[in-house]
Amino acid sequence: MENTARITEKRTATAWKKPVSYNLQKKTRPTEAIIQAFLLFCGVVSILTTLGIVLELGKEAWLFFGDPEISVISFLTGTEWQPKIGKFGVLPLLNSTLITSVIAIVVALPLGIATAMFLSEYASPKMRSILKPILEVLAGVPTVVYGYFALTFMTPLLRGIFGSQNVDVYNMASAGLVMGIMILPLISSMSEDALSAVPRSLREAAYGLGATRLETALQVVLPAALSGIIAAFIIGVSRAVGETMIVAIAAGSGPNFTFNPFNAAETMTGYIARISGGDLSYNTPDYNSIFAIGLLLFLITFGLNILSRAISRRFREVYE
Amino acid sequence: MNPMKPKTFGSNQEMQDAEKNFLYRRHQRARLAQSVFQLTTLLAVIFLATLLVTVVNKSMGYVVVENKVNPATLSDRPLSELNNTELAQILRENLRKNRVRTLERTGFLEDQSQSTLVQLVEAEIIQPEVVESYNLFPSLINRSKIKADAAVSYPNAKVEFRYWLNGVFLINSMASQPELAGVRSALLGSLQLILITILTAFPIGVGAAIYLEEYASHKSRINRLIQTNIDNLAGVPSIVYGILGLALFVRALQPFTSGALFGVDGQNGRTILSAGLTMALLILPILIINAQEAIRSVPDSLRQASYGLGATRWQTIWHHVLPGAMPGILTGTILAISRAIGETAPLIVVGASTFITSDPTGPFSSFTALPIQIYNWTTRPQPAFQHIAAAAILVLLIALLSLNAVAILLRNRFAKRV
Amino acid sequence: MEDMNQPSKYVIETRGLNIFYGDFQAVKDISLQFERNRITAIIGPSGCGKSTVLRAFNRMNDFVPSAHATGEVLYHDQNINHPSVDAVQLRRLIGMVFQKPNPFPKSIYDNIAWGAKMNGFRGNTDDLVEETLRQAALWNEVKDNLKKSALALSGGQQQRLCIARALAVRPEIILMDEPCSALDPIATLKIEDLMRELSQNYTIIIVTHNMQQAARASDYTSFFTMDTDRAGIMVEYNETSLIFTKPKDQRTEDYITGRFG
Repeated sequence: MENTARITEKRTATAWKKPVSYNLQKKTRPTEAIIQAFLLFCGVVSILTTLGIVLELGKEAWLFFGDPEISVISFLTGTEWQPKIGKFGVLPLLNSTLITSVIAIVVALPLGIATAMFLSEYASPKMRSILKPILEVLAGVPTVVYGYFALTFMTPLLRGIFGSQNVDVYNMASAGLVMGIMILPLISSMSEDALSAVPRSLREAAYGLGATRLETALQVVLPAALSGIIAAFIIGVSRAVGETMIVAIAAGSGPNFTFNPFNAAETMTGYIARISGGDLSYNTPDYNSIFAIGLLLFLITFGLNILSRAISRRFREVYE
Repeated sequence: MNPMKPKTFGSNQEMQDAEKNFLYRRHQRARLAQSVFQLTTLLAVIFLATLLVTVVNKSMGYVVVENKVNPATLSDRPLSELNNTELAQILRENLRKNRVRTLERTGFLEDQSQSTLVQLVEAEIIQPEVVESYNLFPSLINRSKIKADAAVSYPNAKVEFRYWLNGVFLINSMASQPELAGVRSALLGSLQLILITILTAFPIGVGAAIYLEEYASHKSRINRLIQTNIDNLAGVPSIVYGILGLALFVRALQPFTSGALFGVDGQNGRTILSAGLTMALLILPILIINAQEAIRSVPDSLRQASYGLGATRWQTIWHHVLPGAMPGILTGTILAISRAIGETAPLIVVGASTFITSDPTGPFSSFTALPIQIYNWTTRPQPAFQHIAAAAILVLLIALLSLNAVAILLRNRFAKRV
Repeated sequence: MEDMNQPSKYVIETRGLNIFYGDFQAVKDISLQFERNRITAIIGPSGCGKSTVLRAFNRMNDFVPSAHATGEVLYHDQNINHPSVDAVQLRRLIGMVFQKPNPFPKSIYDNIAWGAKMNGFRGNTDDLVEETLRQAALWNEVKDNLKKSALALSGGQQQRLCIARALAVRPEIILMDEPCSALDPIATLKIEDLMRELSQNYTIIIVTHNMQQAARASDYTSFFTMDTDRAGIMVEYNETSLIFTKPKDQRTEDYITGRFG
């Protein structure tokens, strides 16, 4: 400390001096500007992607509906999808998409909420640290593997229980059930987030009134987290509607307008996968039809996502 | 059920008993519910276990192999003990001249390695065929019965225990017989595809995240539009990306993606490049959202310290924000990659081929990928294909698990360095 | 440009400075001069805008999206709030030490070297690091561990490292925003000694909520308080000895005698 000043004197001369220029005039920094422009471009890529989806799908769908034999109304209300004889009614495809999705949600929603309830209200930290990774692994399994699971495990199981004369080899029930397992981790993790966002003070208030843990969880925490759980439900539906591989493998190929879940019926995504998997030549009604169905699929899922976001945003406003 | 409902009671004693009863019932209900919640959570674990067991069960077990030609008639010693000359001679004696000439196109049979020759003898002469196959559990439980049945139905056949996931499965390419098919070309295809995906998506994704977190004002309308749009894109079904890829990369940009622009003799746009770019668009939103979170977690005090020293915005980002966010960004990237590796639907739409026997030769070659192969084998009716599909699934799952292990290692290493 | 041979007495001067956060006015009509190679303390109750004013001197408020300033802050005859001013260059000339020690998660050596290199230092980095650490009275404590992570240092050492880091880019002024509020009394005294030492070559402006610190360590003291509309105002500015012995304003007296604040 004592000789600090001396050393400073000696060294400053050799090393680096105080600035001589106090000019604060703005410098041009071309690198900075170029980098910022590049980064802005990166951000805009996402907008371009959305535009690309809407424009490309819209353009080809336009060509599809440009065929004088096909109208939007007959597309949306027709109950027969037989491109060979020029019948393009999307209802059979839409119907089986809905049936598989409903089955999936019926499995995933109660299980997902109960799991979330257990993780957020009951499980010890140690138990959570074991269970959460397991759910994450379940969420990370590729859907083609789920498809394999549906075909080699669920379908034989269903045929064993209900009789192979009642259950087709390819059927919507098997695909729907396995799809439910697939979206279970999604719903449980989103619901758990919603449950843990409920402030502690609310729980303590309930306990303070002599409520049991169950009464607190069901009557205080769950209602408070409801919009978050509804958001999770909607995202789950959107995932189920857009899921391809499970239904392509297990639900059957060939449109079939049926309400029996044990029958084979092709979904919208299954149709797109089957048609585009074959040798596809451009500008045929087959080719164009996958764009029309893709556009419908995009609109449904995009709408559901926006709805879910709007609901969970309102939820956040209440508690922050 | 309203617990607050007032009740009327006769005597004081009765009242106390009723109250106790009421409390007892409430607790009982709570306990019951807790076990229900516990059971449902357990169900998720059971699902995962069942899924894995199903795959493992299918991936090994007894097979009944019938040889077209009995190896004992070829030589009195086992094939593996024969030398090159002897093996070559067996081939010459048992194959037609044309076939031998085809095989010798690249050099004399005698000059091939011993193991190649053994393989040739097996594939060309012995031609083992799996006539019956069993899953793991039946194999373990009914071993003697399986052997007895096989002895009756296929007197010339041999019963052996087979791991469908074996060395040959990894180095062989696609073949029409399940016994000879492997995942080599699919693995290489997946690898090259992922490489293109990372090279495209990583810089753009991290760039977008930096822009949104460090440059964009959160109030500006365009920036909010970008943010909302990214969040919504993350929920678009993967097959829709496939359709976009088909229209954009495969068709509209065909001269580029087929390699025609670069003088490559590309026939169409259904190439690794198209698939990789499609996959990049697919994982971009996930990558951006993860990277944003990582960048947000870098404390503001570091940025202030850097600005306080007279650093520019980019110097601050490059030297302080990015290094601090890198573990998070890398973990997020690896998660996004795991998603891309398992994605199947977009590859089907952009036109992965299912029957490719040669290795992919670069971005402009047609290709197959691991999940595509799994899909293809799963949908084949012959049972042996189900077994190799299970083996391929194991390869895929092992790849995914090791990726996640790498993510954890990376995170720990970065955490230590600080 | 001014003549370097006869620098003016004041290095920084504010004229009618107002700072707003959105619609809220944080400080009102501040006019102050800061003398070269002196330590000036800004004291006052919390929320009176003293940190806001300090951060206006090197435009750190740029990073608060809603903040904007009117009036003038003159530095070498240039109004630093003028759009043509390069804030990056400004911050290199006017360094800052923050409330909580915030070393970079790098080695001690790199913490010092980074800022200088970035600002164009091309000399011997080893010499620079040693010299700067000696200036900050940290050399003897860390000379054997220069490659160790700065985060392994104690809070007081970290803060002296942050001061050294600011010195390494050779600023003219060092702004200190409650630099000792996170430190224990012994570490605080070391920093105050250091400030004395540094004031031979640097102009130091320090914001503190600790009156004893202002009394011990500064040459001039400026007292801020909150006006009725919660905007910060400057009440009194004088030599430190005078502020603490003969305050002119009743509010100052109330504050330093502990009747308020």
